[in-house]
Amino acid sequence: MARAAVLGRLTWHVGTVRAVRAETPWARTIVLDVPGWPGHLAGQHVDVRLTAPDGYQAQRSYSIASAADGERVELTVELVPDGEVSPYLVSVLEVGDLLELRGPVGGWFVWRPGTPDPVLLVAGGSGLVPLMAMLRTRAASGSAAPFHLLYSVREPAAALYADELPTLGVPVSYLFTRRTPPGTRRPIGRISLLDLPAGFTPDRHPSVYACGPTGFVEAAADLLTTAGHDAQRIRTERFGPTGGNP
Amino acid sequence: MTTPLDGNALGGALGELFTVDITAAIARCAGCQHTGPVAELVVYASAPGTIARCPSCDQVLVRLVRSPDRAWLDLRGVSVIELAVPSPA
Repeated sequence: MARAAVLGRLTWHVGTVRAVRAETPWARTIVLDVPGWPGHLAGQHVDVRLTAPDGYQAQRSYSIASAADGERVELTVELVPDGEVSPYLVSVLEVGDLLELRGPVGGWFVWRPGTPDPVLLVAGGSGLVPLMAMLRTRAASGSAAPFHLLYSVREPAAALYADELPTLGVPVSYLFTRRTPPGTRRPIGRISLLDLPAGFTPDRHPSVYACGPTGFVEAAADLLTTAGHDAQRIRTERFGPTGGNP
Repeated sequence: MTTPLDGNALGGALGELFTVDITAAIARCAGCQHTGPVAELVVYASAPGTIARCPSCDQVLVRLVRSPDRAWLDLRGVSVIELAVPSPA
């Protein structure tokens, strides 16, 4: 399966929407059945293509949120205001609709179960999605690799997977940037050196995966190298402009 | 100004052309000799074509233009590309 997921030319598949799940007021998960899906690795994405009646096409990349599970693929999509593709996926697409997708894409920003190294996950907003696939894959595989998730998100209402994250056996640090729940000790603000968890210091040689809007990922990668992490152990994925209100 | 993506976003389009994953390939910039994974290139995908630039010196490494049934791929900014290939059994 893993071999099939990284070898061979990519082609377009047509998936059928089996379910949709609201994750926040701005994001939802689309559950697809994709006949012929070769399986995927945690961290991979798909390219989604929409075609208008006049033939105009628009294409965007979306991370896979689910662990490999046969021909089932879950995408979590956050609304980009004034976006061309995400408003359709978040607000219009319905169960039973068809969706064109190409994938699974990527062999760099992936985590493979069986890797024993500690893993530090750094998510900005919906950059959590591919990291969620890693967390779900870790849980499903019974991996004992130590993980820690740093999740920068603007406010509690925008936090994805709030019910599931506490069940995955991995410590989660929420870094709220605009509004915090009452009683939070950490002040509101962007990620800083103070947020880096003990146990994942550079001398432990953790693998680091950082994903989010381009500005967030640049800042996080700079912070981690400043803290002494080996740039070669930091894998990054940038998805361009931020979703939601900044 | 357009916010760039990174080389992970090239994986789909180049994955239609090549049988190995290109995002984990190691590319050397023909301009400054910076060497690193394609995933870390700076990618502008909102133009009619896709452009990937060196994260170190900004030189254009990859230009890709697609039509429905053709691809034009300009790699002159890359001096060497190192790919993982499956080993026999």
